[in-house]
Amino acid sequence: MNKTVNPKDLTSDGDNGPLYVAHKKVYPQSVSGTFRRIKWGLMAVCLGIYYFLPFVRWNRGLGAPSQAVLIDLPNSRFYFFFIELWPQEVYYFTGLLIVAAVALFLMNSVGGRIWCGYLCPQTVWTDVFYAVERLVEGDRRERMKKDKSSDPMKLERISEIVLKHSIWLMIAWWTGGAWVLYFYDAPTLVKELVTFQGPMIAYIWIGILTATTYLLAGYMREQVCTYMCPWPRIQAALTDEWALNVTYRYDRGEKRTSVKKAAELRALGEQVGDCVDCYQCVAVCPTGIDIRNGPQLECIQCGLCIDACDNVMTKIGRPKRLIGYDNDINIHRRQEGKAPIYKIVRARTVAYSAIIAAVGGFMIYTLATRSLLDVNVLHDRNPVAVKLSDGSIRNAYTVRLLNKSGYDRVIAIDASGPANLTIHVVGADSVTPDRPMIVIPRDSTSELRLLVTAPAESNTEKSIPVRFHVTDIGLGEAASATDNFVAP
Amino acid sequence: MSEHQGEFDAVTGRHTTGHEWDGIKELNTPLPRWWVITFYLTIVWAIGYWIIYPAWPLISSNTTGLLGYSTRASLAVELANLETIRGDKMAALAAASLADIEKDPALLALARAKGKTVFGDNCAPCHGSGAAGAKGYPNLNDDDWLWGGTLDQIMQTIQFGARSGHAKTHEGQMLAFGKDGVLKPEEIVTVANYVRALSGLPTRKGYDAAKGEKIFAENCVACHGDGGKGNQEMGAPNLTDKIWLYGSDEATLIETISQGRAGVMPAWEGRLDPATIKAMAVYVHSLGGGK
Repeated sequence: MNKTVNPKDLTSDGDNGPLYVAHKKVYPQSVSGTFRRIKWGLMAVCLGIYYFLPFVRWNRGLGAPSQAVLIDLPNSRFYFFFIELWPQEVYYFTGLLIVAAVALFLMNSVGGRIWCGYLCPQTVWTDVFYAVERLVEGDRRERMKKDKSSDPMKLERISEIVLKHSIWLMIAWWTGGAWVLYFYDAPTLVKELVTFQGPMIAYIWIGILTATTYLLAGYMREQVCTYMCPWPRIQAALTDEWALNVTYRYDRGEKRTSVKKAAELRALGEQVGDCVDCYQCVAVCPTGIDIRNGPQLECIQCGLCIDACDNVMTKIGRPKRLIGYDNDINIHRRQEGKAPIYKIVRARTVAYSAIIAAVGGFMIYTLATRSLLDVNVLHDRNPVAVKLSDGSIRNAYTVRLLNKSGYDRVIAIDASGPANLTIHVVGADSVTPDRPMIVIPRDSTSELRLLVTAPAESNTEKSIPVRFHVTDIGLGEAASATDNFVAP
Repeated sequence: MSEHQGEFDAVTGRHTTGHEWDGIKELNTPLPRWWVITFYLTIVWAIGYWIIYPAWPLISSNTTGLLGYSTRASLAVELANLETIRGDKMAALAAASLADIEKDPALLALARAKGKTVFGDNCAPCHGSGAAGAKGYPNLNDDDWLWGGTLDQIMQTIQFGARSGHAKTHEGQMLAFGKDGVLKPEEIVTVANYVRALSGLPTRKGYDAAKGEKIFAENCVACHGDGGKGNQEMGAPNLTDKIWLYGSDEATLIETISQGRAGVMPAWEGRLDPATIKAMAVYVHSLGGGK
């Protein structure tokens, strides 16, 4: 990124700077430490789930998919372990999105861009790709040297490059491959794919995701975060003064001096900063910034600079966490000689947690109590009511019965409301008059045309509420829906 | 600060664009070059698209593109594919008897869906989109049928129509008793009131019921039957029920008796294929009025 220039050193030429910047490649140095370990751990968990979840089996009985997580688009079903969602229950995803968004806000108000630094797919895959690069081509210095070298390519170098891209493409391909497995029975699809029997759409999606993974994690990297992602802009508006962001504690670091000079000055009893200007924090940064310039849009707050600085501080015998998760309030408090305070429980975090708990709780409640038998009723609009030859009134309804269970059901339909009503379902032969019975196959819906007839003399209201009861005559499970019975 | 104020930002040491709003200057944050290249590539793509696909409107036509692609042609192909896909189902519909279609939930659903679509295209102009009818055009949701409401009767009416000119069409018409001078105006008023009385409607004060009955017996019973129960052979409506095709008020009845009625329903045989006519019969029957 642009280097800071002292205004005094500027010799203006009236030029407003370049319109476009060439990409400056970032060469992050390897680093070890607490945050690096957390990142490795989270990476393993995230990728482990992503790559292997489709192979987890879940027994749902005969004829039902036995995949734990499956998005069955042709049949409009979503399976998530013991949950089976229907298209009309898509509002669960709304709830999930609300929880996800508020969780992001909560993370942000507690620890800044935790999502960006540790969990964002862009970060995770870029990290994997960097690891491969480091393994094949060596660490920062070696890579910089190799890229700068203008020597004709040696076989060794060529094989290195080929190897790196091959591994990258394999990871990218596996990433695209894992994606399609969520939409079809995974073992079957794998078999079909390798024998070239798979559906064209699967190959197309694998191709698309292989290409995007390879491009975004191999080439775009930090540019995705700085130029393409809206989250850095949004999070700037969401963060507050108490959020713990990766912070250079300038109260402790300034003034920067060399190790030797610092030791000399300290011996004289003078106040010196701990920062020795070793640029290790810059070298390890995956977005190529200097955290000592303060909070920046490019910073994904992965904490690798903390690890790098800690290592240096340990070596020179100074306390760790010259860079750490902190905020400006504490820096000022320390400057004033007060103890830092960390407030995680604040109005904001409590509110976010409450929203998550409320929405999550409501979702769990509705999921736990949802019925596997349901009925939707739609009144005929044209005509709303029909007068029959004997003067009685008839209303027609489109009734949709939903059997979300794994077995066929015999459903009896009753209606109540208008006095002396009779009901008839088109196409249904009733054994019991006025109580039509329908067989609804497992995991399906049936749309019926239902006619309600009632004498006009005993129903003088213009509109009378009518309630439809559907009962599984085997298990007794019931559901009902209300509509209106309208006079012409 | 340098003499060129506004060119550089002292805090960041970066160039500004020279734009200033209320003292806030805009930093020049240049786009990455690959972004610009991507933009140029989209332009190249667009030019290629112009050439390959139909794009340019000319005075009387348009450029057809190298691939000869047209949305109309692809629609025709997709419609043909749809016919093929649905071929089996429509064949099953054609093969099944009307009664069997109503008993088989899958066939019933298909017939109703097909029937509804075709009804909207062909029948809705007269009978209304929900088949509620209008004055002179029967409501197909109710239980009163001029020519019969069983599946076979409905099918027959759709196939051949009523007074359509088809060899097998339903025939029969309400004579113009006034226009043709068969009945005198006051006789028409009397019989109109008698007919209203048949279905329990109030009558004009002081009308002669006995005379009405006599006129009815001499002129109307031949078609409308004893007691005015109607006759589906001739499409003569039941005059004792609550449903009136043209209206039951005295003025309308006088008009009907004076001028006669002979509504026409076109024959659909030859215009729609047999499977479609079958689907429509099932659909109309399932609207609720079918016997």
